[in-house]
Amino acid sequence: MARSVATVVGYALREGLRRRVFLAVLLLSLAFLALYAVGAHFAFRDASGFAGAEGSEPKILDPKAFTGATIFGLAMFTSLFLGSVLAVFLTLGIVRGDAESGLLQPLVVRPIGRTTLLLSRFLAAAGLAAAYVLAIYAAAAAITWQAGHWAPDHLLGPGLALALAVAIVAALSLLASTFLSVTAQGIVVFMVYGAGLTAGLLAQIGHAIRSDTLHSIGHTASWALPFEGLYAASLHALISDTSGLTGVVLQLGPFGGSEAAGPGLILWAFAYAAGVLALAALAFGRRDL
Amino acid sequence: MAAVLAARALRKSYRGKEALVGVDLEVGAGELLGLLGPNGAGKSTLTKIACGLVRPSGGSVEVLGVPAGSAPARAAVGYLAELFRFPGWCSADELLQLHQRLCGSQGGASERAGLLELVELGDAAGVRVEAMSKGMQQRLGIAQALVGSPRLLLLDEPTSALDPVGRRIVRGLLEELRRRDVAVLLNSHLLSEVELVCDRVAIINQGMLVREGRPADLERSRGVEVETASGVKLFEGAGREEAPEIVARLVAEGERIHRVEVLSSTLEDVYLEAVRGRTG
Repeated sequence: MARSVATVVGYALREGLRRRVFLAVLLLSLAFLALYAVGAHFAFRDASGFAGAEGSEPKILDPKAFTGATIFGLAMFTSLFLGSVLAVFLTLGIVRGDAESGLLQPLVVRPIGRTTLLLSRFLAAAGLAAAYVLAIYAAAAAITWQAGHWAPDHLLGPGLALALAVAIVAALSLLASTFLSVTAQGIVVFMVYGAGLTAGLLAQIGHAIRSDTLHSIGHTASWALPFEGLYAASLHALISDTSGLTGVVLQLGPFGGSEAAGPGLILWAFAYAAGVLALAALAFGRRDL
Repeated sequence: MAAVLAARALRKSYRGKEALVGVDLEVGAGELLGLLGPNGAGKSTLTKIACGLVRPSGGSVEVLGVPAGSAPARAAVGYLAELFRFPGWCSADELLQLHQRLCGSQGGASERAGLLELVELGDAAGVRVEAMSKGMQQRLGIAQALVGSPRLLLLDEPTSALDPVGRRIVRGLLEELRRRDVAVLLNSHLLSEVELVCDRVAIINQGMLVREGRPADLERSRGVEVETASGVKLFEGAGREEAPEIVARLVAEGERIHRVEVLSSTLEDVYLEAVRGRTG
């Protein structure tokens, strides 16, 4: 089975390589990182202006922490978005789309089995998207440090949480591919993705205006779509040790609300991904091709 | 002859519409069975059930004694779909290598080269699928189906995109497979081709097996036609055995005989009668 999995993963990777998907992603990511580096440089240079009157002490906000966390939040938002785009496109049409075009049948009739085939395609897509997110995250962290000598309170945890978040997006996209045509799959997954992020923002707004109802709606939705919960937890971990007004302001950050992971989020995320994949495998196994 | 493929009381319905209605069919080792029928008759459904792409609604299909679609059954089957596509970025050699890995074939480069030679694509090992003509892709599809030396080959319209030379190559290939004791289920609309290569023919109409047998057994005598000086005379219902007697009688009556021909129905006649002229 391991050999079959490796074969299908290798096939998916070669497909991406030959279709120049990776080249396009690499070039565009380099463009993003270059833009981010320019932005980070000027942001740190000009940050002191809003942190308090020129020369006044103490500053109302810590300009370095405020600037670093804000622009690094942007980098995380972008990492998650680009990683999710990659995850969706790498799983686009894997079941129904490929079956309709006749690509899938020659593979399915082989002894490898449908479940192994599906899980292998998931591993390839999720692994690539997660590695991509980690690479962008690490590059952005290095750029931020270089530009302003600021580092997040926790470095590794948020990156891994983002990687897990895109793996969940890949799993959801794979499930959608068993039921929906290519176009519908893309639309549905991106709408779900947008809904998740909106839910996170709603929860944060609810928290800020002391609306328990709004907070619990957003909170529930972000658990129903745990990639959002993981993203919020990543944002929170950036500044979890930052105290005072800076910490409070940053928790309301512009790129989605931050919220502590809470007990069980990671476990729930793994269980959720496993459940989604099991459902996809069940649907694929019962599908006439 | 032990059955490599055995369908028993096979049924399949799609949302209440019956595609197969209690089909019984066997293909033995080294046997070439031609499956005929109009579009929508159930031929592709039967083929897909045999290779595990479609689940039956009732009855059973076994490949070498194990349920069709199970891992051991899939390991014994090679399949070429009517509508198939291979990734355009893949070369012929890479595609065969992928299928070797998926079916656990240990054949290596020599198996791949041999298969490409068999379908006369020996020079195209490095050619990408997207650069191949439809006919080349179809021959590559047949080579792909033969990876791992399957005991049962399921071919769904394997010559639909081939020119006459390509069809001749496939005919030669099928005869070679018969020599290698591979069972073949050939799903085709080309009656002449089926008649040329198949040991047995099964005709399916509206999901039911309506005729089955060797082509020669299915064909019936249509009479004896005699061309005489006074014109052409047809003796309907008469066969080869009656021909000398007919000629003797005509000569005795003073007729001059120019030509005598025993007429038999072609496979096309048998087919048209079996499907009652229906087309899908």
